[in-house]
Amino acid sequence: MMKNSIILYISLGLLLTSCFDPSKPNFQYFPDMYESLAYETYAETNAFSDGIEAQLPPEGSIARGWDPYDYEDSNAGYELAKKQLMSPIEDNELNLSKGKELYEIYCSVCHGDKGDGMGILAQREKFLGIPAYIDREITPGSIYHVLMYGINAMGSHAGQVNEEERWQIAQYVIKLREESKK
Amino acid sequence: MLQIKRIFLVTLLLPSLSISQDADVQAGKNLFNANCAVCHKLNKKAVGPALSGVTEKYDKDWLYSWIRNGSQMIKGGDAQAVAVWEEYNRSVMTNYPQFSDEQIDNILAYTNFTPPAPTNAAVGTTETTSQGSSVSINIILAVSIVIFTILVVMLFLVQRTLVKIANASGVKIESEPKKNITPLWQTVINNQFLIFIMVVGFLLSSAYFTYGYLMQIGIDQGYAPIQPIHYSHKIHAGANQIECKYCHSSARVSKHSGIPALNVCMNCHEYISDYNGEEDLENGYTKDFYTNEIKKLYYAVGWDEENQVYTGDTKPVKWVRIHNLPDFVYFNHAQHAQVANIECQTCHGPVEEMEVMYQYSPLTMGWCIDCHRESNVNKDNEYYQKIHDELSKKYGVEKLTVAQLGGIECAKCHY
Repeated sequence: MMKNSIILYISLGLLLTSCFDPSKPNFQYFPDMYESLAYETYAETNAFSDGIEAQLPPEGSIARGWDPYDYEDSNAGYELAKKQLMSPIEDNELNLSKGKELYEIYCSVCHGDKGDGMGILAQREKFLGIPAYIDREITPGSIYHVLMYGINAMGSHAGQVNEEERWQIAQYVIKLREESKK
Repeated sequence: MLQIKRIFLVTLLLPSLSISQDADVQAGKNLFNANCAVCHKLNKKAVGPALSGVTEKYDKDWLYSWIRNGSQMIKGGDAQAVAVWEEYNRSVMTNYPQFSDEQIDNILAYTNFTPPAPTNAAVGTTETTSQGSSVSINIILAVSIVIFTILVVMLFLVQRTLVKIANASGVKIESEPKKNITPLWQTVINNQFLIFIMVVGFLLSSAYFTYGYLMQIGIDQGYAPIQPIHYSHKIHAGANQIECKYCHSSARVSKHSGIPALNVCMNCHEYISDYNGEEDLENGYTKDFYTNEIKKLYYAVGWDEENQVYTGDTKPVKWVRIHNLPDFVYFNHAQHAQVANIECQTCHGPVEEMEVMYQYSPLTMGWCIDCHRESNVNKDNEYYQKIHDELSKKYGVEKLTVAQLGGIECAKCHY
């Protein structure tokens, strides 16, 4: 009898410790200290009519530090940016190394570490026909414009890299292009 | 015998012959993949129109001049050229003046080429190889079960015959005499010392399990919820080696690593609309399954695949949050991933191998503190050069740990 109850208790203990269901979060002790009272980013809420906490800023609002970009998303805008737009950042080692770091995160996967259009996605034939930088007439201005709006099959990367970072990447791309000429 | 050999040789030669006949198609394919495929697909609209059957739609000479200098034709007001330019959002096709007539012919031959359907024989062999291992295991199991039952039956029969023989020859088989023994449990109850030991053991073990149970409350290690879209980190970060920060770009600059907005997905998936990679049949992750998940993305982001436009009808994806620190803890991704230059995998585990994302680390305070005690500060950051040098002198150490920098002060994370 005693023995049975021991076995019962031990197995009950094992059951309790091992019953964590990976598809559900675990119990919390005093959850009111765990959960935020304020709205959490991306959370559901009844404060807005569509039930989402993350709202788009009102139309026409401008983020702090945001400079307007005058070139429009069209072929004419591209040609204009290619001719006129100049990089406001200095051509130095720091910007170049930042540009390299960012290039390897955001561009290498398609355009390749050397800018030859043979990134891992091209090698695995997920994307086809990515041009090498050397085969295209590009300027820092046109690179910035393409990062801003995207071109053909390439999407806009403006949400991932800010203004200064886009210029740093443009600087590094130009360097890669010069290097592959040699 | 000679004839058989000859037939064998002919069949061996056949495929290579067919390739040499289609040499222009092969060359066209290479040219197409290198130059055209970035905007054109064969059977689907992409940036530009689908190119299968393009020779039926346009005159050959027109195609020559279009490919070599399309923008000139648009400027010149060629009706067909302007029509196609208007239809595809006025995106201008790159000019290819360097292509010879023959090269363009090869590309056009490739666009009209329909690959022969795979033969039945080939399909059959792939099926048997994929199922071969599981079938053989089942057969081995069945055979061993049969052998085992035969052995048991045989033993039983032998025993019966032996008893029969013994009976026939007059030998009496004695069953063991039943003695008057007190049962085991009664002896245990009668022994007070044993009971004492057992009670102590019971209390200790229940305390052990209770403690274990209480300590795991609020810890979500291993938490792997089902997400609304089956996004495989194994495919994206593993097989395709996409950097973590490509999608989680705010991990570089902010407290949060961020849920990537769907436009980041569409950077690639505007082009990649079908899954053609490896399958995991055991778990039901077929090509169709993955392709269907891409369609879910299109539905959410409002992408009309047919016409290659955004409809503006978007539906938010209700991702389930996995890593969630209690509200009373401050944690900053940029400080760890960018300033300290720690690999994402240090805390998040082998994400590039996770088909289904789960919480790798316990994310308890003890776990944080352990790491802060052991890890050395990244001294490459010039911004902190002065304070690093001063602290090194103060503690008389070459390498500073995070703890020595104040990384275990309460108010660093709780305020």
